Amino acid sequence: MTALQDTTVKPQPRTASERLTRFISGSPVHIILGLIGLVWLVPTIGLLITSFRPSSDMRSTGWWTVLFEPRFTLDNYQRVIEAEGMGGAFLNSVFISVPSTLLPLVIASMAAFALAWVKFPFRDTIFLLIVASMMVPVQIGFIPLVTAFRESGLPLLETYGAVWLAHAAYALPFGIFLLRNFFITLPKDLIEAARIDGASNWGIFRTIVVPLSVPAIAAYGIFQFLWVWNDLLMALVYAQRNAIQPMTVAITQLLGTYASEWSLLAAAAFLVMIVPLVVFISLQRYFVQGLLAGSVK
Amino acid sequence: MAVANPPAETTEASSAKKPGGGFGWAALFFMGPAGLLLLVFLVFPAFYTLALSFNRGRGGEFSNWVGFDNYVRLFTNDPNFLRLGFPPAGALWNNVLWIVFYTSLCVLLGLVIAVMATRVRYEALIKAIVFLPMAIAATAVAIIWRFVYFPSSETGLLNALLGIFNLGPVAFLGSPDTVNWALIAVGVWGSVGFATVILSAAIKGISSEVLEAARVDGANETQIFWRIIVPMVSLPISVVAVTLIVNVIKLFDLIYVMTAGGPGTSSRVIAFSMYQEAFPAGQFGYGAAIAIIMLLMLIPVMIFNVRRFRTEAVQM
Repeated sequence: MTALQDTTVKPQPRTASERLTRFISGSPVHIILGLIGLVWLVPTIGLLITSFRPSSDMRSTGWWTVLFEPRFTLDNYQRVIEAEGMGGAFLNSVFISVPSTLLPLVIASMAAFALAWVKFPFRDTIFLLIVASMMVPVQIGFIPLVTAFRESGLPLLETYGAVWLAHAAYALPFGIFLLRNFFITLPKDLIEAARIDGASNWGIFRTIVVPLSVPAIAAYGIFQFLWVWNDLLMALVYAQRNAIQPMTVAITQLLGTYASEWSLLAAAAFLVMIVPLVVFISLQRYFVQGLLAGSVK
Repeated sequence: MAVANPPAETTEASSAKKPGGGFGWAALFFMGPAGLLLLVFLVFPAFYTLALSFNRGRGGEFSNWVGFDNYVRLFTNDPNFLRLGFPPAGALWNNVLWIVFYTSLCVLLGLVIAVMATRVRYEALIKAIVFLPMAIAATAVAIIWRFVYFPSSETGLLNALLGIFNLGPVAFLGSPDTVNWALIAVGVWGSVGFATVILSAAIKGISSEVLEAARVDGANETQIFWRIIVPMVSLPISVVAVTLIVNVIKLFDLIYVMTAGGPGTSSRVIAFSMYQEAFPAGQFGYGAAIAIIMLLMLIPVMIFNVRRFRTEAVQM
């Protein structure tokens, strides 16, 4: 039993006793990984089951008793969506996340293109400053920006405006870093040839750089979308009207009203989780790529 | 060297004076939107917040200059932020606990899972399961674990398990003695997947010859883990550790939803204090000082990243 044996030739066990020895010597690994799997799955499954249990059952017995008395209902979902405002909050999450993803995607791609393929003074210094600015905490902006938005007289905090712009701005350093490093690996000859043929920078950007960089741009887009979708803090600060608040904020309010109504809280939590779960399961490859690239963030 | 062509409408302006490069309208056009947003949302606020941290800052305005008062109060006269003594407490101390235990547990568990997973056929599955919490909102993770920790053996899974042994119920989140450990455990649960995925990729890069040679020399699995695998992936480990430390300094959502810093103020962390002092409490100068402290804590990481990037750029 050895680690990392996939690459080496493993002799097939010949006799029953050899097979048994191998199974037993390998079993601690299976047991430990099995336990780890349980610890990582059971809490979530428990909440999922609770979200489908009648709330009277939830109050009297634990969700694990569901094996003996399987009673399920969609009432909890209906109630949080219709009566508790999670339906509207779901739409708000969409209205906040989509522009907050597309906006930095376009702006960061453009800046990354300039930093990779357009010559201008202090280009490398500017790029290093952007690398450094990845670490600036969003908290640095809270007080000045909320104050400025309030005093500007523009309805930014009461509309999606402030939260869109803030999400877009704080996503830029990482996006520019990621995309610039990808763009610079594109073949130089291709871009020089296009220049000689008279293509403009905008033409090169649109017809060569962007189409060749779809995987990197997609990874960044997915990363940013999930970041915004899952965010609570920025929404608390920059979306200051109930009618525009996303699900993460709505859940904290629900928690204030129904601290132990687990049926409702569970249903609400799954409404927040469903979109990331679908994205994660269907686009896992891009997602992990984005994450690996994001490990420098 | 070909001349970079600016967008058509600006040809005259830049071709007139820039034969060697594309500086001018092209750079401005592509960099402009990003530059504007970064100036408004990063550069201006950084200076404003720094100035405000030396001020009372009532209503976000520069009301009275107070010098270093906010900082002095934070470090010497605010037990919610830092209380030295035995045992120490406060938001900053809790961040230290998080940095030490959350980071080391995530890295260690991540390594162990990554090494073990390479031995089994369901490697991809176990990695996906452990990674799943990374994809979902901290708000949802907080609900999941408030439910698990719920102090009743009919509802909370953990207290039901303790009930089997006639223990509990324990209010994990309700007591200052347990709350931080309970929260750190949730943080680890949420982030191990990240460490696992990154370290697993690094471990796969170790050549099997090295491992075989060690085995031939009679090393056992524990020795191989500590003497070969860990040293050989020390760079990825340090990258993961730095990322996790940054997570801790920025940690907010989980605390806000699970305990709101409570009971009392015993589970506050620095990012939570910043929000709490600035918004519900309306102490803008004080909140600004905390934001500046957060920035200062992140500056070493900034330097680390820039250095690392520079050496990489030189090697290219």
